[in-house]
Amino acid sequence: MAFAGRLGWSALSLGVFVALWWIAALVVDSRLLPDPPTVVRALVVAAETGELIFNLLVTLARVAASFAIAMLVGSALGILLGLSRTADRLLSPWVVLFLNLPALVIIILAYVWFGLNESAAILAVAINKIPNVAVTLREGAVALSRDLAEMARIYRFGRWKTLRHVILPQLAPFFAAAARSGLALVWKIVLVVELLGRPNGVGFELQSSFQLFDVATILAYALAFGMIVQAIELGLIQPWERAANRWRR
Amino acid sequence: MTAVSIEIAAKTFPASGGAPARRLYADFSLEVADQSFTALLGPSGLGKTTLLNLIAGVDRDFEGRVAFSREEPRIGYAFQSPRLLPWRTVLENVTLPLPKTAASLTRALGLLTEMGLGDAADVYPERLSLGMQRRVALARAFALEPDLLLMDEPFVSLDEANADRLRDLLAELIARRPTTVLFVTHDSREAVRLADRLVVLAGPPVRVEQDVAVTLTPEQRTMPGEVDRFREASLGLRRGAVA
Repeated sequence: MAFAGRLGWSALSLGVFVALWWIAALVVDSRLLPDPPTVVRALVVAAETGELIFNLLVTLARVAASFAIAMLVGSALGILLGLSRTADRLLSPWVVLFLNLPALVIIILAYVWFGLNESAAILAVAINKIPNVAVTLREGAVALSRDLAEMARIYRFGRWKTLRHVILPQLAPFFAAAARSGLALVWKIVLVVELLGRPNGVGFELQSSFQLFDVATILAYALAFGMIVQAIELGLIQPWERAANRWRR
Repeated sequence: MTAVSIEIAAKTFPASGGAPARRLYADFSLEVADQSFTALLGPSGLGKTTLLNLIAGVDRDFEGRVAFSREEPRIGYAFQSPRLLPWRTVLENVTLPLPKTAASLTRALGLLTEMGLGDAADVYPERLSLGMQRRVALARAFALEPDLLLMDEPFVSLDEANADRLRDLLAELIARRPTTVLFVTHDSREAVRLADRLVVLAGPPVRVEQDVAVTLTPEQRTMPGEVDRFREASLGLRRGAVA
């Protein structure tokens, strides 16, 4: 019931958005602001050639790889910073530096130093995201309960049991926050990386369409990818978050 | 089942946040006999919790030694707050410290049922009242079949009726499966009700001010009049005094 209600509100909100867009397209009446049916036709055309699926999959694979690397490295770094004051003092200026380094600078440097290849692309995206994850997880690690850690030691939980039943559940909300903001950030940066130095993927297609001023195709790709990210949020992140939080009053 | 021998040459809390360093213990020693129930009495802030933490081995920052009559005793610890894992069910909280066997599960379920928590086994702790959470914490400490049971004011901030029920339950569990107990409290009535030895601490630095054997029978302990008479006679407390 609550789920249906939420879905209803989302549908209404999106409906209003499409309506406004349509009206604007009718008023402007230009090839540079196509109306919704034109975009859907462009989507169908791209889908029929198989290009859409191929490029979406390529981009998704890059998103998945850099997201996984960023979450793994960022979490490890963040937890280290939260638990060790020395590490925090030593490394947190670096984190702040990388946090504020423009994404474009990292991408260009990665391509210049490591060549126009797949590893450089994924590395560049991951480096952009790692400081965000680290900062979020550091907050989580600082807030870890000492009372529960003592309890686990006295009751001889051991490393694995302590990690699984005491530490990770306390960090779960921080993982969720990092994952959510991470997904949004990573897929935006992946497109830039593709635009600058990859021969395929959604970012590359967008650039080709841009050179032809084919706005319908640009919007079609944005639409398709937006839906996929929305599906990941609704189908993976939110259910996991609910499962991780079911103990709360 | 273990005797404990405690010798603390020095235990100091370092200065922090503007507060000066505090010397909690200096040349302190206490012998606790196997299967005895010792109540540690004294004003709050004296360092009684610190003493339990030294014995439990979570605080190793002191000079001295804590020795047990058997190696690696199993220690059950009932903390001042229940310290349950809110994201694990009541049953999981009780079974987590135990080896993963069917026998552990049976014992945990049996204990929970006895403590009136049978229906709450699959509930998350934060949905329970504080009294019930304390019972879960007690069940966790007991399910371990501890050689040494450390209890730090486990019944504080409960209403009297609830606390009394839990004291009876504790007495019954210990009668059934004797173990060495160190029980920190500031309530001498509770101490006389449960313990067979009262150690009154004063300080700082902490020293043993009084060391009294409680000679009441189990029946006398359940009678408030007898308990008060014993307090008056042994601790020199006026009848009805709060301490």
